[in-house]
Amino acid sequence: MSFTRLLQPARSLRSMQPALLARSAVPRFVVSPAVSAFHTSAKRLQAQSAQTVITPSSESLGFSVSEVKDIQNTRPIYMDMQATSPTDPRVLDAMLPYMTELYGNPHSRTHSYGWETEKGVDQAREDIAKLIGADAKEIVFTSGATESNNLSIKGVARFYKGKKNHIITTQTEHKCVLDSCRVLTDEGFEVTYLPVGKNGLISMDDLKAAIRPDTALVSIMAVNNEIGVIQPLEEIGKLCRSKKIFFHTDAAQAIGKIPIDVTKMNIDLLSISGHKIYGPKGVGALYVRRRPRVRLVPLLTGGGQERGLRSGTVAAPLAVGLGEACRIAIEEMDYDHDRVKRLSERLINGIQSKVSHVYRNGDEIQSYPGCVNLSFAYVEGESLLMALKDIALSSGSACTSASLEPSYVLRALGAEDDMAHSSIRFGIGRFTTEEEIDFVVSRVVAHVDKLREMSPLWEMVQEGIDISKIEWAQHA
Amino acid sequence: MATPASRSQVLALYRSLLHHSSKFAAYNFRDYAVRRTRDAFHAAKGEQDPAKIQSLIAHGEKQLEIVKRQSLISQLYGGEKLVVETKHQKILRRH
Repeated sequence: MSFTRLLQPARSLRSMQPALLARSAVPRFVVSPAVSAFHTSAKRLQAQSAQTVITPSSESLGFSVSEVKDIQNTRPIYMDMQATSPTDPRVLDAMLPYMTELYGNPHSRTHSYGWETEKGVDQAREDIAKLIGADAKEIVFTSGATESNNLSIKGVARFYKGKKNHIITTQTEHKCVLDSCRVLTDEGFEVTYLPVGKNGLISMDDLKAAIRPDTALVSIMAVNNEIGVIQPLEEIGKLCRSKKIFFHTDAAQAIGKIPIDVTKMNIDLLSISGHKIYGPKGVGALYVRRRPRVRLVPLLTGGGQERGLRSGTVAAPLAVGLGEACRIAIEEMDYDHDRVKRLSERLINGIQSKVSHVYRNGDEIQSYPGCVNLSFAYVEGESLLMALKDIALSSGSACTSASLEPSYVLRALGAEDDMAHSSIRFGIGRFTTEEEIDFVVSRVVAHVDKLREMSPLWEMVQEGIDISKIEWAQHA
Repeated sequence: MATPASRSQVLALYRSLLHHSSKFAAYNFRDYAVRRTRDAFHAAKGEQDPAKIQSLIAHGEKQLEIVKRQSLISQLYGGEKLVVETKHQKILRRH
């Protein structure tokens, strides 16, 4: 069927509408019978025919068990942009040709199938490089920021092993950076984990004091994934360059959201993730400086693709998607930032004007407004998350949200246990609307009030008792 | 150089973009596409340079193609409404 047929104006179909209404889940948006014939939804795609059989046991005590049916026909609104972001339709549009017609291996040199794919991958490389002020030759495609972080930390450390055995990082890094460092400790390296202040920022004096003659690498993230603070990259870069130490930054949460320039900031290695910037999942990039040259031991060996740093065929559709996401980010950064900032203020003011004892974690000025981490005193974060089932939220990083442990990032800020337990992270992005923010504010306000009403602690606070001074009786 | 763009040409592009933007089944993409179109046209309202206008129109036409294709894909796989949506549709009904 030709494309124009599919896109018939809705008006001409008005006469058919009663029939359409009955058949389709979304009659208002169906413009063509063809679309409604092929329409499917995530729910239908994931539907399972297998049924769970529950046999009542003697312990059931007369309580009956029934299957929980998903009667809700609406989806929650998405406010977890730090975990992942929706793929921008423009990105998908750039990727689709490479998932259908243009399937050549970008490393094939002998035919046009290879050349056309290589052209797309090269364009993507250019766009990524442009976003961070680098040269296209300095970009290496990886599977994501986790691989980029692993490659840069392990790669640099292993290459310079023997002469240099020391690495500096911070306590609030992403798990994959901390874990790479832990692996290196087993291999005989020494790692310094810099503390952060109450605002989440490192102190330059601490960094200066930690640097040793055998320091190989400093790895400090640009924007924190849990509290959104922006570390002083330019100062760190300047210091590292003056001491001839390589500076790696995990910029997964920063790229496309705040301006980053690897030359101005003296960054030697920089990790990029696709799905945090409205690109596809499963792709990332690593910037590796050429002058002065940074040398790495690769994690993967094989065909020697990507300058030998990352063997394996480049995932061309994903790489093209990442490139397009970066190109859009260059165009839209100012527009997005203004908007995210406005929505962020609307959210914080909305909540703080109606609920007392709400504290924002992380520095208020040196932070990305799209990541708002709030602690609601005297409310248990997990209970609030459960209550807010209409909103997709998280209490911190997606990697640790399965455990009920308070976030190590908030602990590093010196937050008391109860405050770390009562925190929720709100992620605002390109596609968040005013309406969603107002909805979140109204739900949060209602549920925090309700949960506090049930809390004996809150009652005591209202009566003027200082909870921190209470000596709780121990259970023997 | 190319002939200067007429007012009607710009308005037709604007209407067309709004029309197709409002066809995204996914709430967030629909809202974004409509809003981004409006904001982009409003921001370029006072533009006088004919070459600049021409390049803006070319950009808009490219976006229109993308919106046409992607709103169709959104309809193919989307459709479940978000909790905030019921109120929202009244606003978009104007297009």
